[in-house]
Amino acid sequence: MTQLSYRAAFALIVKRDLMIAFRHRDDIVNPLLFFIIVVTLFPLGVGPESTTLSRIAPGIIWVAALLATLLSLDRLFKSDYADGSLEQMLLSPHPVFILVLAKIVAHWLLTGLPLILIAPLLAVLLHLHESSYGALMLTLLLGTPVLSLLGAIGVALTVGIKKGGVLLSLLVLPLYIPVLIFATSAIDTAAMNLPYSGQLAIIAAIFFASLTLAPFAVSAALKVSTN
Amino acid sequence: MQFDSISAFLAMGGYGFYVWLSYGVSILVLALLVLSSLSNHKKTKQHIAQRQKREIKLRQAAELQKAQASADTRL
Amino acid sequence: MMWKWLHPYANPKTSYHFAGKILPWCTRLAVIFLTIGVTWALLFAPADYQQGDTFRIFYLHVPAAMLSMGIYLGMAIAALSSLVWQLKLADASAAAMAPIGAAFTFIALVTGAAWGKPMWGTWWIWDARLTSELILLFLYLGVIALHNAFEDKSLAGKAAGILALVGVINLPIIKYSVEWWNTLHQGATVSKLGQPSMSADMFWPFLVCFIGFACFVTALICLRFRTEVLNRNSMRPWVRELVANEGKTHAV
Repeated sequence: MTQLSYRAAFALIVKRDLMIAFRHRDDIVNPLLFFIIVVTLFPLGVGPESTTLSRIAPGIIWVAALLATLLSLDRLFKSDYADGSLEQMLLSPHPVFILVLAKIVAHWLLTGLPLILIAPLLAVLLHLHESSYGALMLTLLLGTPVLSLLGAIGVALTVGIKKGGVLLSLLVLPLYIPVLIFATSAIDTAAMNLPYSGQLAIIAAIFFASLTLAPFAVSAALKVSTN
Repeated sequence: MQFDSISAFLAMGGYGFYVWLSYGVSILVLALLVLSSLSNHKKTKQHIAQRQKREIKLRQAAELQKAQASADTRL
Repeated sequence: MMWKWLHPYANPKTSYHFAGKILPWCTRLAVIFLTIGVTWALLFAPADYQQGDTFRIFYLHVPAAMLSMGIYLGMAIAALSSLVWQLKLADASAAAMAPIGAAFTFIALVTGAAWGKPMWGTWWIWDARLTSELILLFLYLGVIALHNAFEDKSLAGKAAGILALVGVINLPIIKYSVEWWNTLHQGATVSKLGQPSMSADMFWPFLVCFIGFACFVTALICLRFRTEVLNRNSMRPWVRELVANEGKTHAV
């Protein structure tokens, strides 16, 4: 058997996960629908005044994005765990770090990216301040990978548990708080036409920190879960 | 001593409710924690003892069965 | 050197008995210190010139808040040593600490609210310290819930340990972000009230209370640690012997 290079192994897993996801399109579409519906509920709940809405729009979009990501996280390892391919992956000669990272990247491509693409539309519905669109897109671009990375830790810990869904949210949501705070603050600052590069830099720092550290935690957690 | 009478002590300079609320809740929570820790410890021991008893019973039953089986074959 | 000294305590039986030996001493110390400390705090400590008698809540609130963070740190250190050096007992101690830490976090929150109502006029403000304490409670609850979700306690310990470690890395980030968020949304006016410079006749009862609570926590950790050790070693001969012997003394 020829040894796959790290890059090939990474690409293989990303491709495989994407292919599986495209066969079950519901998995991609449902979190997205959830995202849209949650955002639509807020104007119905707090009233249609555009000033109120534009005031709370960043928070709504970000909280909805958190919840939608949370909803989609389940898929990350569950089916692989159920059919045993996860254990095979852990047994393979490649470092678990790379395989885990590949799975997280695939997850982000399937949930984070569609969220980013649809967010401006929802921002229009919520009367987001015009100068905030750039900040919204940039924070989502840097922030959603963090959601996938941190969420993967939670999923890896709960994948072996039968009723892991509610538990997952309890584990993961507190970890999302810094991203939420800095992202919404960046959008708010942008609405005032002030520079928001500071917040972006912090989100970027969180992103790189979780990019380097989270896969280790995920692999440790997977080893516990597949025990 | 900071207080002249028991009623002054209970009133806590008008803040009695808040002071006693925090002391009460703290004592309650800590008492619950202690009680649950103690009962957990006891339960664990009981659980282990029960399992041990069950094992002994099973072993005795198996021996009894074996003895009976050998008696049957002798017949 | 250190390993030689630590070695016997890597044995569950030895550490079980060791914890059993310190347990009564810590309990006694805790009872003594807490009785003195609480009496001192309630009866003899002077009222604050600004906050009046609500300051007596301070003697509960601050030790609880300090311990809630200290216990989390201890839990994370235990989790780290269990992951790095494969110490199974470190796992057990981490599991023992989580509910205690959660209880103290809860106490810190409730006493904080009860202190805040007369001082700030509301039970709750989204003050940086209150908010991060609340998030700390969530982290504790997550660790406990994860621990309870596993049937196998040694697996549960490992999983909860990973979560505790992730949490301890996140904790400074959360704390920083909350502080930053807070100063952005409201001026840091009220939080100054929470930390007046202390005079000696307030500091001593505080110290006694703190030592009392620390002993109390140590005693509770010992107790819960013993339970965890029994749970994990229930099939070992020494546990069977121990349980059987206790059963006999109870029967007689």
